[in-house]
Amino acid sequence: MSSDVLLEVTGLTTLLGDTVRPVRVVDGIDLEIRRGETFVLLGESGCGKSMTALSLMRLLPPSGRVAAGAVRLDGTDLLRLTEAEMRQVRGGRMAMIFQEPQTSLNPVMSAGDQIAEAVRVHEGGSRDRTPARVVELMRAVGIPDPARRVDEYPHQLSGGMKQRIMIAMALAGDPQLLIADEPTTALDVTIQAQVLRLLKDLQAKTGMAVLLITHDLGVVAETADRLAVMYAGQILETATTDAFFAAPAHPYSRKLMESLPGADKRSARLAVIPGRVPHLDQAFVGCRFAERCYAVMPRCRDQAPVWRDLETGQGVRCHLWGQAGGQPEGLTRGVADAVAAPETALEGASDPEAAAASMLQVRDLKVHFPIHDGVFRRVVGQVRAVDGLTFDLTPGRTLALVGESGCGKTTAGKGILQLTTPTGGSIRYRGDELVGLGHRRMRLFRKDLQIIFQDPYAAMNPRMLVGDLIGEGLQALGIERSRAGRMRRVAELLDLVGMDSDAVDRYPHEFSGGQRQRICIARALAVEPKLIVCDEPTSALDVSVQAQILNLLKDLQDRLGLAYLFITHDISVVAYLAHEVAVMYLGRVVERGRVDEILDDPHHPYTRALLSAVPVIDRDKRRSVIRLEGDMPSPSNPPSGCYFHPRCPDAVAACALSYPEETHLSTTRLVHCLRV
Amino acid sequence: MTAYIIRRLIYAIPILIGVNLITFVLFFVVNAPDDMARMHLGEKRVTEEAIQTWKQEHGYDRPLLYNPDASGLGRFTETIFFEKSIRLFVFDFGSSDNGRDIGYDISQRMWPSLAIAIPVLLVGLSFNISYALFIVFFRATYVDIGSVVLLVAMMSISGLFYIIGGQFLLGKLFHLVPISGYDTGVEAWKFLILPVIVGVIGGIGAGTRWYRTLFLEEISKDYVRTARAKGLSERRVLFRHVLQNALIPILTGVVVVLPLLFMGSLISESFFGIPGLGSYTIDAINSQDFAIVRSMVFLGAVLYIVGLILTDISYTLVDPRVRLQP
Repeated sequence: MSSDVLLEVTGLTTLLGDTVRPVRVVDGIDLEIRRGETFVLLGESGCGKSMTALSLMRLLPPSGRVAAGAVRLDGTDLLRLTEAEMRQVRGGRMAMIFQEPQTSLNPVMSAGDQIAEAVRVHEGGSRDRTPARVVELMRAVGIPDPARRVDEYPHQLSGGMKQRIMIAMALAGDPQLLIADEPTTALDVTIQAQVLRLLKDLQAKTGMAVLLITHDLGVVAETADRLAVMYAGQILETATTDAFFAAPAHPYSRKLMESLPGADKRSARLAVIPGRVPHLDQAFVGCRFAERCYAVMPRCRDQAPVWRDLETGQGVRCHLWGQAGGQPEGLTRGVADAVAAPETALEGASDPEAAAASMLQVRDLKVHFPIHDGVFRRVVGQVRAVDGLTFDLTPGRTLALVGESGCGKTTAGKGILQLTTPTGGSIRYRGDELVGLGHRRMRLFRKDLQIIFQDPYAAMNPRMLVGDLIGEGLQALGIERSRAGRMRRVAELLDLVGMDSDAVDRYPHEFSGGQRQRICIARALAVEPKLIVCDEPTSALDVSVQAQILNLLKDLQDRLGLAYLFITHDISVVAYLAHEVAVMYLGRVVERGRVDEILDDPHHPYTRALLSAVPVIDRDKRRSVIRLEGDMPSPSNPPSGCYFHPRCPDAVAACALSYPEETHLSTTRLVHCLRV
Repeated sequence: MTAYIIRRLIYAIPILIGVNLITFVLFFVVNAPDDMARMHLGEKRVTEEAIQTWKQEHGYDRPLLYNPDASGLGRFTETIFFEKSIRLFVFDFGSSDNGRDIGYDISQRMWPSLAIAIPVLLVGLSFNISYALFIVFFRATYVDIGSVVLLVAMMSISGLFYIIGGQFLLGKLFHLVPISGYDTGVEAWKFLILPVIVGVIGGIGAGTRWYRTLFLEEISKDYVRTARAKGLSERRVLFRHVLQNALIPILTGVVVVLPLLFMGSLISESFFGIPGLGSYTIDAINSQDFAIVRSMVFLGAVLYIVGLILTDISYTLVDPRVRLQP
């Protein structure tokens, strides 16, 4: 073992559940992490990457146990330590931060106390120094005004600040290895950029290695030195980042990359990986990916592929690579698929939008929520969730409403459908005013205006059959009164979204996330709507499943001429699907235009900062990240003048005086900024 | 917060009016004064004169809501509703059907009730929390499984069994404490021990099981994993992190019953012959003394509302996330 290897994992196998039919969540993993490097464990949900990390820390849930293998941290076999010795390692030589900073901090303990606790466990020195060390750590992770923040509780801190507190806690013991389990998944892109930057800086300063667990290829490309791709409890491929993105060796890695949406794939369908991850409570004979692989061969099914090291420095577990370093057989097929994709989809859609009459006209839409105070609950202020939103939407086109959490984009979507009552403005659907319509008269329009929600797990009544869920709208709006007719229509809809018709007699929990989202789409389509508000429909899904849903939405638009109001924070989805984009900040649109105009040449400083923070795989296309100071202000008390000016890198004195009027840059494009 | 409390107190007014009206309807409309008199005098052979005399003696001879014979404001004040119900608002309970001053009785009898209820609450709380923590420390072992079986068994047994069993064992068999009765002053302690022990044991099953559930719910949360990842010992994780969070629902659950401790326990006090408010209520029910029952129902409602307000306030004291929004 060379001395630059910090962590060496051999044959690590972790079981979950009972002894009769245990689930092998981690199945014989070998890893090497070198000092000071960033090693990424990449995989989709359920592949065992988090369980690997918890096995390393020996923090498995009660039903989990490490069945075999060795974990050597700088020569010490962690699996052989006693629990008391392991406690010294945890948070000391090896620290961990978690995905959800919201729930990962003790809600009733002040931030300073939680850091101090870690300091006291791992620092021998005098206790008097603890408070000073806490402030020092908080300063090291870039928390402004640490002396004051020490006494604040987690709920008083923003998501990004909470993750910084987590990192400060992890740094308390001067770790050699920091395990970061999806540390930025719950954060907005601009905050994600801040946190990833911070991790890089700390790494440079302290020389610690980072084991980063993520599903986001963009994050991998921007942070990793080396990576391993996990699937169904096994590692399928290891590679240096450059080699991986130049030519991924395993078919699964290839498909993952091809399933990523983006501007360059607009004209094509996204690659999908059919089927689903196999259950891990079975004994595998062949390759675990065989059932879903496009290059599957007979021997894949009855012979497990062995690990091979390639000349490129990559390692792969696949039969396509016959002998070590040999030529891959038939691997080019996947690439050919992608290239040969039809280029028709965009043609129809890129017609000048002036040709079609606008279907939905939203003018100065406002949704304010009152703040009550005092004995008699008088209204003392307004939360301006949506504060003047204007756009048009034409049939067959997609408008993306983009922004970070708290910008009001979801409220805007609900306001348009009158699910939240707007407090001002006008929404005209085919000439009819929707604002101010009562519940009863609004029902006439419910048929045409539908919505798909973000979380397919929460959006369906778990005690209703899928058939009833989809048919409910037909019944409620009196479109199809007979049960037989309804069931026929439900079967058609399931077919339309690519599901078997036997789903009608099953419950939502029997389906995977992607299937559930298809059911939700079928439910929205049931009443033959003209416009669908898609509220982050893919953000709870894995990329390969996201690709299926995006393909489906695009197909449906081409076939049925639907208009989408697509609410999202994911720029790559916007680039793939949208025709027009409106960027929201603090309840207002700061910039609006055609998708290529906005993404290629953003004018508003906020749009520029937002786009620069998005992790990009292609090195040549990377922009230097524009760092925004601080967090988004509260919509109950927006800054004077331009809402963005306190954080704007280009602000001048005039920006604080009045909100900038719209500047038309072209017929399709407008920006609210003084400096354009 | 002051604004919040004031608003809650204002909200309490219509609730109390409602309680008052409902008790009025129950006690005077459904069960008219004539029926009351008849029940008191014995069902049979009650002459109309006897009923009228009884009603006059007890102040039930007036009209319910409106008195056409009186003049001026007296038309409304010289009624049963005003005399008997409105006065409850200023805690003027009037006199019982036996002619005793109810307010005075309550002020005398609440002390024995508290002398049992407070030790039962404190001892029970500390025992249940300790036992639940003990079980959670040994979770998913035989200690845990065995304890849960024991707790469910203890829950399933009727409270009467503990009372009679305790009296038999400690009182009759071992002659350690008197079976029932009460004394004034310091001597009262020997009469209190048995009811307190029985009260605590009777509460263990349900209490400990609930606290165990609360602890287990907290222990599977993300922040506990974070605490372990820091390298803290299991003991510190339990006491510093889990206990602190689980105490929030425990404490607030206790606060809501605090005011009701005054009311005493109906069953236990009658069995042990403790002259508290619980046995007072039971005796009143038995002797059909509606004036007392009515007073106790109203008092219970008031105390419960006070308990709910105290609960909200206690949340702000133990949980930094909760701030009372007016």
